This record gives sequence, C-alpha cells and structure tokens, in this order.
Amino acid sequence: MRRNLLAREAGTLVLLVLVFVGAGLKEPRFWQADSLNSILLWIPLLVVVGMGQMLVIVTRGIDVSVGSMVGLSGMLVGMLFKDSPSTNVYFAMGLGLLIGAVLGSLNGLLITRAKVPPIIATLGTLSAYRGLAFIVSGSKQIDGNNLPDALTRLSLTGPIHMNGVTVPWILLIALAIAGLAAFIVRSTRFGRDVFTLGSNPGGARLRGVPVIRTTFLVYALTGALAGLAGVLYASRFGFVNPASAGSGLELVVIAAVVIGGTKVSGGSGSVLGVLLGCLLLGTINVALSVLGIEATWQMLVYGVVILIALLVDKGVQGGLSRMQEAK
Amino acid sequence: MLRNPMSGETLIKASEIRMSFGGVEVLKGVDLELRPGEVHAIVGENGAGKSTLAKILAGVHQPTGGELELVEPRPVGLKTRATKIESPRHALELGIGLIHQEPLTFPDLTVAENIFVGHQPTRGGRVDWRSMHSRAEELLGSLGAKFSPHQLAGGLSVADQQIIELASVLSHGVRILLLDETTASLTPKEVKELFTVVGRLRDEGCAIAFVSHKLDEVFAISDRITVLRDADKVGELRTSESSPAEVVRLMIGREAGLYERANAGEKDLDQAPGLAVSRLTCPGKFEDVSFEVRPGEIVALAGLVGAGRTEVCEAIFGVRKFVSGQVRIGGEPVRIDSPRAAIRHGLAMVPEDRQHDGLLLPMSLSSNATLAIVQRLSAKGWLNIKNEASRSKDYLARLKTKYSSLEQAARELSGGNQQKIVLAKWLMSEPRILILDEPTRGVDIGAKEEVHRLIRELASQGLAVLMVSSDLPEVLAMADRILVTREGRIVGEMPGNTATAEEVMLAATGQVASAA
Repeated sequence: MRRNLLAREAGTLVLLVLVFVGAGLKEPRFWQADSLNSILLWIPLLVVVGMGQMLVIVTRGIDVSVGSMVGLSGMLVGMLFKDSPSTNVYFAMGLGLLIGAVLGSLNGLLITRAKVPPIIATLGTLSAYRGLAFIVSGSKQIDGNNLPDALTRLSLTGPIHMNGVTVPWILLIALAIAGLAAFIVRSTRFGRDVFTLGSNPGGARLRGVPVIRTTFLVYALTGALAGLAGVLYASRFGFVNPASAGSGLELVVIAAVVIGGTKVSGGSGSVLGVLLGCLLLGTINVALSVLGIEATWQMLVYGVVILIALLVDKGVQGGLSRMQEAK
Repeated sequence: MLRNPMSGETLIKASEIRMSFGGVEVLKGVDLELRPGEVHAIVGENGAGKSTLAKILAGVHQPTGGELELVEPRPVGLKTRATKIESPRHALELGIGLIHQEPLTFPDLTVAENIFVGHQPTRGGRVDWRSMHSRAEELLGSLGAKFSPHQLAGGLSVADQQIIELASVLSHGVRILLLDETTASLTPKEVKELFTVVGRLRDEGCAIAFVSHKLDEVFAISDRITVLRDADKVGELRTSESSPAEVVRLMIGREAGLYERANAGEKDLDQAPGLAVSRLTCPGKFEDVSFEVRPGEIVALAGLVGAGRTEVCEAIFGVRKFVSGQVRIGGEPVRIDSPRAAIRHGLAMVPEDRQHDGLLLPMSLSSNATLAIVQRLSAKGWLNIKNEASRSKDYLARLKTKYSSLEQAARELSGGNQQKIVLAKWLMSEPRILILDEPTRGVDIGAKEEVHRLIRELASQGLAVLMVSSDLPEVLAMADRILVTREGRIVGEMPGNTATAEEVMLAATGQVASAA
C-alpha cells in the first residue's frame, strides 16, 4: 500500500516543483514573500473541505454541495456576528461545524436512506443550500465591518514569520484538521471501514462492515468540515456574499483531491496526497495571477491539470500492475 | 440439558427452510443439521438451492419461511434457541462464517487488513496495527500461506485470496464454517491444501458445511451428504455408506424425459459447414476447445457452472478475447473481435443473464425487440417508428409473447416473455448461427416448452444452434449432440438421442471418462 501511494504522491510533488520553479524562472516576483503569502492563505479552505471530500471519494461517492455548504454556514455565522458582535470566534467555529454537520447529514440521509446516487443528491442540495443562503440573508452581503477583528486576524496574522512570509492561523487550523483526518484514516475503525467499503462495497457488507452507517457519517463529516470552512471563509475574505461565498469551490476541491492521488474508483487515497494536491492548485493559482494570466483561464487550467493527473495516475497504475505481473 | 458440543450435539439446526426470489421458489422446506467435528457436504445440480441455503445460514439472505435453531455458548453451559440471523455481521458474532464462491477481496487494502475487515483489533480505541499484523501472521502461518500480511491483497491469486478469507473467518473464532464452492477456481494441489486445513478445523470441533458439485471432492472430505434437487432435499447419506453413483442418481432424480424429445432418430443434416471452432484457448478459462455446429443442428454444451461454457460462447461472439485457436463460419476463417463484427457475420447470442446483458429493462418492448436491426430500420440516421412497431408486433406474435402494449417497459414482463423479446431481437437480425446461453433459466415450465419448440423450429429452418444449458433434461430433450465440458475442456461427446442423464453427469463431475 505504501509503495503504491508514494508513487502517486511523488507524481504530484514533481508537478509541484515544476510549476514552482517554472513560474519563478519566468517571473522572479513569484518567489517573493507576497506570492508565498498568497499561496499560504489560499490553501486552508481547500485543505479543510478536501479532507472530507477525500473520504467521500474513497467510498466511491462525490459531494458537489460542499461549496454551497461553505456559503450557507458562512452566511449564518456572519449574520450571528452582525447581530451580536461580541460572539466568541471559536464558538462561531463550533457553530459552523454544527451547521455543516446538519447539512451534511441531510446529504447522508438522501444517499443512504432514500438511495439517491451521491452526484444527484448533492447536486440537489448544492442548489437548495445556495438558495437558503439567499433566503436567510435576504440576498444581502455581510460586510467586513460586521465581522469581528478577532476573526479576520486569524487570516492576517500568524505565529510564524520568516523573511516577510507569515504562516496564518487559519493554515494552522487547516493543518490540525489534516492531522485529525490522518488519525481517523489510520487509527480508527471508522476510517478503515471507509477504505474497506470503497475497495469492495458488496464485500464490505458481507464481511459485516456497517456500510450504511459509515457512508452516512462520511457525508455528515464532510458537511461539518465544509461548515467550519464557511467560518474560515469569512475570516479570509472579510465578507460573506450569498452568491459568491464558496461558489465553485466544489470543483477546485475535487480537483485537489483527485490530483492528490485519490482513486476515483474508490478504496484509495491519502491525507498527504490531498495536502500536496491543495498546495499544487494553490501554487498554480497564484502563479497564473503573478504571470499576468487572466483569472478566466483558471478553470481551463484546473481541468487540464485534473486530466493530466488522471492520465499520469493511470500510467502509474499500469506500470505497477505490469511490475507485479513480471514478478 | 447441558451437553458438550463435542459429543455430536447439533450446533445449528435449520428446519423447513423456504426461500423465494421474485416469486421463484429456490428452497421448498429444506432441513439441515450441522454437528461439530463433522464435514457435511451439500450437493446438487446447478440451481438446486445449495448456495442459497449456505447464504441463509450466514445471514446474507432472510428465509421466507422455516426456523433456525442455534446452540449458543453461554457462560454456563450451552443453550439452544430459535434464532434469526439478521446479517452477515450477526452471523459472525454467532460464530458462523461463510467462504464465498468468489473471494471477497479488498484489493486496495493489505492482507492483514483484509483478514480483520470490520473487526480490527483496537487498543484504547485506536486500531492496533502491530497486533493486527502479528495475529495475521499467526493465522496465515497456521494456514500454510506463503505471503506477507503487509502485502496488498489486489495482486494475489484466487487461491491466496481464499486463504485470506479463511483466515478472516477464523479470526472471528467461528464454530460453524460454510464453504460455498470454494474449490471452484483452485488447482488440485490448492484443493489438497485447503482440505488439510478443513480437516484440522473439523478435528478441532468446527461444524463444516461443504457446498459443492464436485463429487470426488465431496467423497474425499465429507462425513455426511445432503442432496438437494429442484429446491428440495431428496436425501441425507453417510458418506462412508454411499457411492458417487447413488449421489448422482439422487441429484438427477426426476425422470430424464421431463420434456419430450421431438426427433427420436438421427436428423438428416445439411452437410454444409456452419460454425466451426478449433483449438480455442484462453488460459484459465478454456483450453483446446474444438467442435462444429452444422446448419439445422442443435449442439448443447453441458457441464457444471464454472466449466467455461459461457466463456467459450463469449469468445465466439467477440465479447471475450481468446489467446489461440480459430473460428470458422461457413467454412471461412473469421476474425470476430466485437459483438458488432459477430452480428455482421450472421451470429446472434442470447446471453445467460438476460436482465443484465440481454434487455434494456426500462425501455419499451419495441425498442428492445428492434435493437439489433436499428440501423436497418432507420433512414439517414432517423428511426422509423412505424416500421419499428410493425416489425415488433410481427415477431412477438410469431413467438406468442404475452404483452399488453409495445410501449410497455421490458421489466414488466415475466421471465419467459422477457426471453422471447430477447429471441425476437436476434431473430430479426436473421442470423445463421444462434448461440443460446441458458435459454430457459428462470422461465416457468410452460414457457420453457414454448421456448424449446421455438428453438427446434429455428433449427429446422436451417439455423445452427449452439446451446449452453445446466438443465440436464433440457439438454437431453433438445440436443442433437451433447458436448460435456469440465474445467474448460470438452471431455465427452454423445449423441443427444441416446445419451442418459447419468452419463452426462458422471462425465461432467469427472467420475468416469466418458467414451467420446
């Protein structure tokens, strides 16, 4: 298992180095503190949501509603801050987790109880949750002056500084979540059950794995993480707009997870891989803007990178199975 | 009433077990008792209900009737009580483990994880990898496995995967072990190794059920044999007091002439070449398969499930690749690498699993029926609906299909009528060679004869018919020639009008080398 995953992760790492070096050679500004800060600020949201999405994809599912959950949770928490500005930031994060857990549980129920295919169920809630964000907010944006400084400081400051590069608090929060995910994946029965049922769903049931419960929990957990990411979104951007908050995030997250070597056919994926995937996309994103390539190109670039990652992955897989046959 | 299980007391008792799937009865009140220290073989022809019985005991299926009584270990002594085995998980908790026909492997997980799926050892709530690996190592060692618990299970052979399953079941500490056709894909050496382990478990006091149709193996390992036929239990024998011939007689049982044979004598065959296959080989599936089917002839491939019959048909029809050998049609060698090419060469195939491969269940009868000739019915890419309907009506009437509207979804029809739709589809393509894989599986008796009549009629019109059937009476009633297959090879050939069920069965189970 290790060798296999390392091969996938190595591919992402190589791509990362290529982009980082290539962009810097073309435009040395890319290697300066400003770009690095942008990258570090860009990836936390992606990492938090990506951990859940990875587990979902490992179960052979998909959750395209994560962007809307980020938006709705961010909006609800933002409204709370507007009403009572003295709300504790960590309490708000807990609330975000809770809101997300409820939204994710609804996804989980649709998928495990009503047996709606994940892509359809979450496509439905993608639209429904976005609609709710408009309804609860009366289509009005939560502005920066409604958000407490304590919240925005989490993105603007951090405990580690080096040559003008700041590691922001929200990145540390994201890394803590990643650490927790790694623990769940490696050291809990729930985590192992996720990989088991992704590897062979029919077999998992016959071997007594609680397939329904595990699947439900995966979607609930993904919702909770997206809910937390909603609060981080408010911190990072300093405002919450019902239309744009988290909009389109699902595509970037899925891209990061897949680029990080998570097998789309289920059963395999790693926290380290997803971290590298997020880092790669963040680097590409900032590189594009430093190189003066218009934002409109980004979607195309993501798409191409996903396809390259899948092709490389297929090549690696083919190589591995040939190696095994030759043995 | 507290007794030692080693004394021969029944560990699990199933009484009057009934089961039906979609209205078809697969078990009609079957009894089974498993005792510790005993290997109990469950034999029967394909479809007799063996696997279903094993799966009920393992909690995979809930029986529609009957009762299960289980001796449960209690802190003090033992207690028998009626039980519902709710799920595979519950079965394992009760100490009942099933080794499935196809090993349940988790290719992305390591061997150790495969063994401890669903019950990883934990320490303080955390998965204890060290203990998992050492226990896996121990279990694998006791089973004589030669691979590491750290390895990914994905690349292992079927035999190794079966060892993993065995280790997994044993890691639950089962008292009742069910083996469902476990030897189907093992080499003789692997079977021997498996039997060594099974014998040891028996000596340790496990109750073992061995589901199989390989009689040599049954006689090598079992102490007791339950014979199932057509969903019913027809006998329970002590292996030492029985013989393969007796078991075969019980397995076949019903009068071989269940269906009437139309032509008692030899058919006057057109000597023109039809379909000829020579030395077709696909390692692991079938080897060195050669035969010929002439226009007007019905040739049946008889044998047990897993003998490679379906694979041969799929290879001829271009669904499956073969490594060497040749297919000739009308005397000309042809290269068929896709079903599309097969259809172009005048072949048609009715697949075994009609729900899955033969029909588009949610689509209308007329779309299903005209599927193979959709191109001919359309002009410039546009489908002529009127044409589609009239053709469909025509053919469905010829096949005496019962339906209410051509717009009905195919899934609404009964098994027999669904099969007629599949047949209609292929007949419209006006094939020269028709391959039928289990043409009457899941079709009720009345409709069966209807399908038989149809097949004969088609042959009499000059079609070369190659039929795979596990229904012996059907083979005996329909075939002009019977080719018996076993383990991917043709092991016997018999004229259909004189062959007997015993002859075919003995050849198929490898008891007697049949005279070709």
